Amino acid sequence: MLEAVTQGFLYPNEVEVLWSLLIVLYPYITGLVAGAFIVSSLYHVFGREELKPVARFALVAAFSFLLFACTPLLFHLGHPERAFNIMFTPKFTSAMSGFGYIYTFYLIIVALEIWFVFRPDMVRLARESIGLKKLFYSVLSLGVFDVSEKALHLDHKITTFLAAIGIPSACVLHGYVGFLFGSLKSNPWWSTPLMPVVFLMSAIVSGIAVLIVSYAIIMKLRGKTVDSGCMQSLCGYLWGFFIVDVTLELLELISMGYEGEESWAAISQLIGGRLQFSYVVLQFIVCSTIPMVMLGIVSLWKLKESTRNMLGIISSVLLLIQVLAMRWNVVIGGQLFSKSLRGFTSYMPQFFGREGLLVALILFAMPFVTMYIINRILPYWEKE
Amino acid sequence: MNADRRKFIKQTGWTLLGSGILVSVSSFFPAAGRAMQKGSAHELYGFIVNTNRCIGCGKCVEACKTENHVPEEFFRTWVERYIITADDTVYVDSPHGAVHGFKDTEVKEKIEKSFFVPKLCNHCTEANCVQVCPVGATYTTKEGVVLVDEKHCVGCGYCVQACPYGARYIHPERRTADKCTWCYHRVKKGLMPACVVVCPVEARLFGNLKDPESRVARILREERIGVLKPETGNSPKTFYVGLDKEVR
Ligand code: SF4
Ligand code: SF4
Repeated sequence: MLEAVTQGFLYPNEVEVLWSLLIVLYPYITGLVAGAFIVSSLYHVFGREELKPVARFALVAAFSFLLFACTPLLFHLGHPERAFNIMFTPKFTSAMSGFGYIYTFYLIIVALEIWFVFRPDMVRLARESIGLKKLFYSVLSLGVFDVSEKALHLDHKITTFLAAIGIPSACVLHGYVGFLFGSLKSNPWWSTPLMPVVFLMSAIVSGIAVLIVSYAIIMKLRGKTVDSGCMQSLCGYLWGFFIVDVTLELLELISMGYEGEESWAAISQLIGGRLQFSYVVLQFIVCSTIPMVMLGIVSLWKLKESTRNMLGIISSVLLLIQVLAMRWNVVIGGQLFSKSLRGFTSYMPQFFGREGLLVALILFAMPFVTMYIINRILPYWEKE
Repeated sequence: MNADRRKFIKQTGWTLLGSGILVSVSSFFPAAGRAMQKGSAHELYGFIVNTNRCIGCGKCVEACKTENHVPEEFFRTWVERYIITADDTVYVDSPHGAVHGFKDTEVKEKIEKSFFVPKLCNHCTEANCVQVCPVGATYTTKEGVVLVDEKHCVGCGYCVQACPYGARYIHPERRTADKCTWCYHRVKKGLMPACVVVCPVEARLFGNLKDPESRVARILREERIGVLKPETGNSPKTFYVGLDKEVR
């Protein structure tokens, strides 16, 4: 552990930052779920046909991120073997106690939706293959082989229904993560009613952005071209959600400053000091202004396709960094100042170690590995 | 089944569901009435810190560390020194929790006033830490003492973040939440907390608030007292005599 560099007075138990990099990763991964799911639902529920090329991928992505959303928490817990206490002996006065239930509920919804969406493929694959493979796909399809027009129509209805409950669930799941922080009155940097909404909006932004980037990369790898209408539409949604997101983030800051409560002195020092790079420079100046302008251009002007795609991809990468920076600034930033409001500490993640950078990178890579594996089992890219 | 019966069952079902939701929703919010008198009929413990008396020797911190095997880098109790200069600058320090007391100050300006403030868990009546623990590992005993069940705690650290006073930490070996217990193990045997015993100037007092004859109850009645950060709504049961506005 690197020695913390302190300044001013801290309560003696506050020197070490308790919630580490992994707790930054946890809302980040959870957020990607929300965005990816919303994109898939825009197609499945709201019939945005132009999003069809990524709809199945988005659903699989949401599922893969969701599978790993809790792992950073598990690595962080002092006693991961007791994690299920949260579900077996929940204490409902705690905002955290509901997480297990909300998470499980949502996981089931997404898993069911995937099953219904991919059912025809499972049946086809079961029919086309032989031996063990056949058995595998038959088991996967749970022995339901009816792919008549009528059955598919019913499937479609159920999918729509699942996606329709999925949207509020995704919002609850992510708004809830924001509430975990927003409800802690002990911490003036966290305790704002806007927190859940800000988390939700930034979640959607990061989810759409991750789809754009992965879609572009995968198409490149497969030697295919990106669907123009789909890209245009994704960029439009990204722009819209980001406008709301950044407005809320700024509003939060402005009202804190304007109200100028006792804590503002410490918070403004934090922003001007230890968070200057990650908050002012990264979160706002670089990673908000540039994508805002670029996406605006993409949405309002007719550009050459390759230019448009380039701008969309660059903006998405920047926005992925923006949201990560936002998570960092909330989670770590909130622990850098003393609750006595008289001093500051510092935090630098280790590389190795249970809560180090390496573990974080591995955990973050896992959803992508999962997507790859799922694609091997149930190819989700449309055949041309 | 006749129609009336069905209607009755339906109504009862809704009523039960409704009240169930109501109860669980209302339990989510802290109690509206902040009456201090919770707990059993005869015992409700309280703690009084007299900042006018504390000399900053740090004996209490040392005694606590020994009594409770508190890890080196964390503190169940500590002492802060406040130095306020003529131009209203406030200097606060607590070198290593003041386990070895304080060295002479390096403040060069003209000092207007200076005093020591011992800190510990406030065993709050509406304890934020109890509210946020997702598994109920942090709880309040019937005598009003806030404790952690280290066999049940998952070590999430939510309570550490929720305590506005910095009273908690995650124990590095046990990997569960830890903090001052008012020496519950001693108190249950009729002894005083270790810090109270060793304090040479009686800056720390502990006792039963429900016994009108106890010293703590008398001081509460007779002196002007304050609590730390009342605005957080935690309703501490550690009270301060001679609390300065600069103390947070
Ligand atoms: S001082 Fe902190 S740890 Fe102690 S009871 Fe109050 S909120 Fe809980
Ligand atoms: S660290 Fe332990 S006592 Fe604290 S909130 Fe988590 S489970 Fe409860």
